[in-house]
Amino acid sequence: MNIANLFRISLKALVSNKFRALLTMLGIIIGVAAVIAMLAIGQGSKKSIQDEISKMGSNMIMVQPGADMFSGGARMSASANQSMVLEDYDALKAQSNYISAISPMVNASGQSIYGANNWPVGMQGVNQDYLSIRKYGIQSGRIFTEREINSAAKVCLLGQTVVEELFGEGADPVGKSIRYNKIPFEVIGVLTEKGENGMGQDQDDVLLAPYTTVQKRVVAITYLNGIYCSATTEDVSDKAKAEMEAILRVQHKIKEGDDDDFHVRSQKEMLTMFSSTNSVMTILLAVIAGISLIVGGIGIMNIMFVSVTERTREIGLRMAVGARGLDILTQFLIEAVLISIVGGIIGVAIGVGSSFIIKSMLNWPIVITTSSIVLSFAVCTFTGVFFGWYPAKKAANLDPIDAIRYE
Amino acid sequence: MTDIIKVDHLKREFIVGDQRVLALRGISFTVQQGEFVTIMGTSGSGKSTLLNILGCLDTPTEGEYLLDGIPVRSMSKNERAKLRNMKIGFVFQTYNLLPRTTALENVELPLMYNSAVSAKERREKAMHVLESVGLAERMHHMPNQMSGGQQQRVAIARALVNDPVIILADEATGNLDTRTSYEIMSLFQQLNSEGKTIAFVTHEPDIALFSQRSIMLRDGRITKDEKREKVGSAAESLALLPVEVDTY
Repeated sequence: MNIANLFRISLKALVSNKFRALLTMLGIIIGVAAVIAMLAIGQGSKKSIQDEISKMGSNMIMVQPGADMFSGGARMSASANQSMVLEDYDALKAQSNYISAISPMVNASGQSIYGANNWPVGMQGVNQDYLSIRKYGIQSGRIFTEREINSAAKVCLLGQTVVEELFGEGADPVGKSIRYNKIPFEVIGVLTEKGENGMGQDQDDVLLAPYTTVQKRVVAITYLNGIYCSATTEDVSDKAKAEMEAILRVQHKIKEGDDDDFHVRSQKEMLTMFSSTNSVMTILLAVIAGISLIVGGIGIMNIMFVSVTERTREIGLRMAVGARGLDILTQFLIEAVLISIVGGIIGVAIGVGSSFIIKSMLNWPIVITTSSIVLSFAVCTFTGVFFGWYPAKKAANLDPIDAIRYE
Repeated sequence: MTDIIKVDHLKREFIVGDQRVLALRGISFTVQQGEFVTIMGTSGSGKSTLLNILGCLDTPTEGEYLLDGIPVRSMSKNERAKLRNMKIGFVFQTYNLLPRTTALENVELPLMYNSAVSAKERREKAMHVLESVGLAERMHHMPNQMSGGQQQRVAIARALVNDPVIILADEATGNLDTRTSYEIMSLFQQLNSEGKTIAFVTHEPDIALFSQRSIMLRDGRITKDEKREKVGSAAESLALLPVEVDTY
């Protein structure tokens, strides 16, 4: 049979029942729009977390003293946190094959003062590599030299927030002298702006100084608070981590079977960890939205049943003038699929539209993936066929003799 | 003259519950090309069952039915659907037009199920038959914008559009007043004079007067099958009807 004619017949039947068709579509429209908007929100937040984490550094691996805080257990004693020393840094730098940059980390907390302004900021004692590890750039001035590190020179680099607080917006503090915990430091450079990280910390609120200076002149300690490094590529990040753990176990003389007194965490792990919690949320949202699609499908079946009963005489007449059972079946199936596809298109439009409204009004990150559109579209076509089949079959099996005289 | 319809010892039984009901108990007759036959009988006489079989909607339990020389009894459901589409035009008591669908589209309907007819041909044929039943002005009207007589004309046009070998009418004047009935019968007579074969089921004797031959059914058997000597003219009867005067 001529499918184009059947298509025309179905379309006509829908157009002459516009309001009913629209009401039927509503279920599908809401379902599809919900799926798309939910997935867009889920994917968006996943993407933004990933972006934030990757902005933190380039294939960054962090080594910190003390056991892994994520593995639980008793709180470590203060001495356990002093286990990381400069020799560990030297060993890692010399022995590790998968790292491209490495820097010690010594933290100090205190107050920075310039003239009448002061600002509480943590001082980070690092070496030159730290800039590339954390993806910091230099806006003006320079990074400290090897000589300045060796001589524990009182030089520092400021983040944008610190510059603003001490010198006012737009000022260039290079060459000026600030005091940190009463020790005068010369500002030799200003870092480029980086913004907040995924956890909402201001990454511009930093004060960098040579680690030797912080160790010897500011906090007077011999240990390190941590070691930061970059894996050569993202792919070797796991290998680099394993290798570093092996090196540190030897350094710290940890016996086979004993727990580490340090922990190594890579950026990649953080990414996986945050993404996985997010994926669960996305799946949950999609399932909820999917249920509304099924409800929409049941709506289609319901209306198609009513439609078949209501149009029994029409079906009888069509059969009398030569429609076969298959023609009737196809006609009603096309109607059901048309309802769900048109509903799907409207739903996609509303879903995409509302995603953008959410984006602009609530400032939520939104990612609309092609797969979510294709998926919801496929599901609603399937819904049309699945839920349209039974009523259509019922119509096709009508006896024309009874149908044509049906009251 | 060729036989359009040839039925031979036609029997049809229904099983209702555990009872066998014989609706047709052995019917034989032929209808030749160009004939205008009325099939008469009271309700329960089996005339509807006979019409269903003649219209290829139903198959006989026993006996042979040839439509235009084609044996129908052994045909499958789909083959019968095709046969209906090509050979038969139905006119029903209740018009059975599709609602919210223009006269033209209603008439096009049978051709929609014939893939050999193009959209252009379909439209032309439909317009042509609508003109021939006197509805050239009302092609784009919906059924609810037309009177009963006009709706039945649309139905007749629909029956004619596939150029069938026979028109089967089932109480086609049953829902119409006398004047409109005569108008419709006059149309049938005109079609018959143009060579159409018509089988018309009715229980109204005055309608049967306009046909050339009447077959009377009673309890599933033919009780009378006679040619009418003097066929009444519906057009003349129409002219004789008193002019209606509003009486209020």
